Amino acid sequence: MGIYEISLATVVGINIILALGLNMISGFCGQISLGHAAFYGVGAYTCALLAKNGTPFAAAIGAGMLAAGIVGLVVGLASLRVRHDFLAITTMGVGFLFLGIVRQQEILGGELGISGIPSSGFGKIGYLVMVLALAALTTVFSLWIKRSWMGFAFDAVADDEDTARVVTVDVSAYKLAAFAMGTAMAGVAGGLYTYFARFLMPDDFGFITSITVLSMVAVGGIGSVFGVIVATVILTLMPEFFRFISDYKLLVYGALLFAVMRFAPEGLAGLAGRVFARTKRKARLEDEAT
Amino acid sequence: MHMILDIQHVSVRFGGVVALDDVSFEVNKGEFLCLIGPNGAGKTTLMRAVTGVIKPQAAKVRLAGKDISHLPTHKRARLGLALTHQIVRPFQSMTVLDNVALAAGHRRIARILPAMLAVDRSVERQRALKYLKLVGIDAVAPKSVVGQPLGVTKRLEVARALALEPEILLLDEPLAGLNSIEAARLADTVADINREGLTVVMIEHNLGEVLRVAQRLVVLDNGRKIADGQPDAVMRNPTVRAAYVGKEQPHAAA
Repeated sequence: MGIYEISLATVVGINIILALGLNMISGFCGQISLGHAAFYGVGAYTCALLAKNGTPFAAAIGAGMLAAGIVGLVVGLASLRVRHDFLAITTMGVGFLFLGIVRQQEILGGELGISGIPSSGFGKIGYLVMVLALAALTTVFSLWIKRSWMGFAFDAVADDEDTARVVTVDVSAYKLAAFAMGTAMAGVAGGLYTYFARFLMPDDFGFITSITVLSMVAVGGIGSVFGVIVATVILTLMPEFFRFISDYKLLVYGALLFAVMRFAPEGLAGLAGRVFARTKRKARLEDEAT
Repeated sequence: MHMILDIQHVSVRFGGVVALDDVSFEVNKGEFLCLIGPNGAGKTTLMRAVTGVIKPQAAKVRLAGKDISHLPTHKRARLGLALTHQIVRPFQSMTVLDNVALAAGHRRIARILPAMLAVDRSVERQRALKYLKLVGIDAVAPKSVVGQPLGVTKRLEVARALALEPEILLLDEPLAGLNSIEAARLADTVADINREGLTVVMIEHNLGEVLRVAQRLVVLDNGRKIADGQPDAVMRNPTVRAAYVGKEQPHAAA
């Protein structure tokens, strides 16, 4: 593996953690968020400032996670009363608010960003292995939550909030939990990105990043852990392998998002499920025929 | 018989429209009370105000002596108020069984952290199956709720409410949309459950079934309570007859 492949794989790992975080909020709990990049940014900037002050790697990443989770909790609290499209607009506003603040703060580097972030000290390969290990951990965590009673309650909140309340689900508490966990995961991804890129620009955490992550979740199949992972890998690598896509990245993502919502709202996971069901039915029919 | 649910001075306005005007009544433990009245009388609104789904302008609601007027819906449900919807609202992403299993696991989801750590659903699914059997739809337990006929989803609402192990079952038109055989069967099931000690408050338009199973009637008309008492006596009440068949016209007899 060359240096290029290693860094590509590292980005894929970071994006998986980022996308699974949004999947926790939008996929499991049904709360749309168009501002996920802001929490990614909170994690990255927190981690960058601490790293530059000599904080050890694990502590800086942990602080990024905590900071993003706390900001996520506050945004979640403020968003409890808004639903659906209003929540989408609110979270989009949070994304712009984050950029607006970062651009004006000298301590955060303003428009010039933060450079001179120290190395993680693991080496390229070591760092990749660690990122992939964390991505695997995030995957296991996501699968566990989906199977747990918490995931069961999330299903109810995503389906119908009012009915969830009638069957004793504390809707607010579960939404906040989803926000806190999903944004904390974005914070970890942000911290990992900081040590990977070692140079942060405000635009890395802008609206386009939020939409990119949303595309990964939607194309993969909202709520499906493996669907989201597959879509993240494809959408991260596609612009790299087909250079022309890189120039038209937004166009391609926009078209993909539109096509998925229009033709396969359950994403790749839904498509795979349908194909699987069809072959199973066909096999059964053949069984009956013989 | 002692009082379990005490509903006092419930008033609800939607904008300028008065939906409920100072309605009060009590529900005694173990009784089967039917709430009847013409369309738009405010029956559903009253149930929604009691469970906290809508916020009334004024209301005092006490459940087993405890003031629950200011509690959010999920807390009232935990204390024992189970409501079914007139327009069925099953959780669309779940199977018939899991719709009930979630309610059966109401203790598991009460706290976030234990809910996060617990994975096993088998006990709750077994209990859910018992409730599905009780209402007679256990055959479709593993199927998705999407595409199930109204006869199934109506009974699913009742099973889900029962799975909460409530103190009081509040049923909003559980028989509407069922054919007469299904309706009679579900009414019998609810009456059986009531005989085993569960308090039932049922909103229903099917007067035949109401008069067959109800022990007491409360009648609403235009947001006001117009009668409260034994079914025979209430049905003989001229105000109730007028509300149902229209105001008596002096020359109508001719």
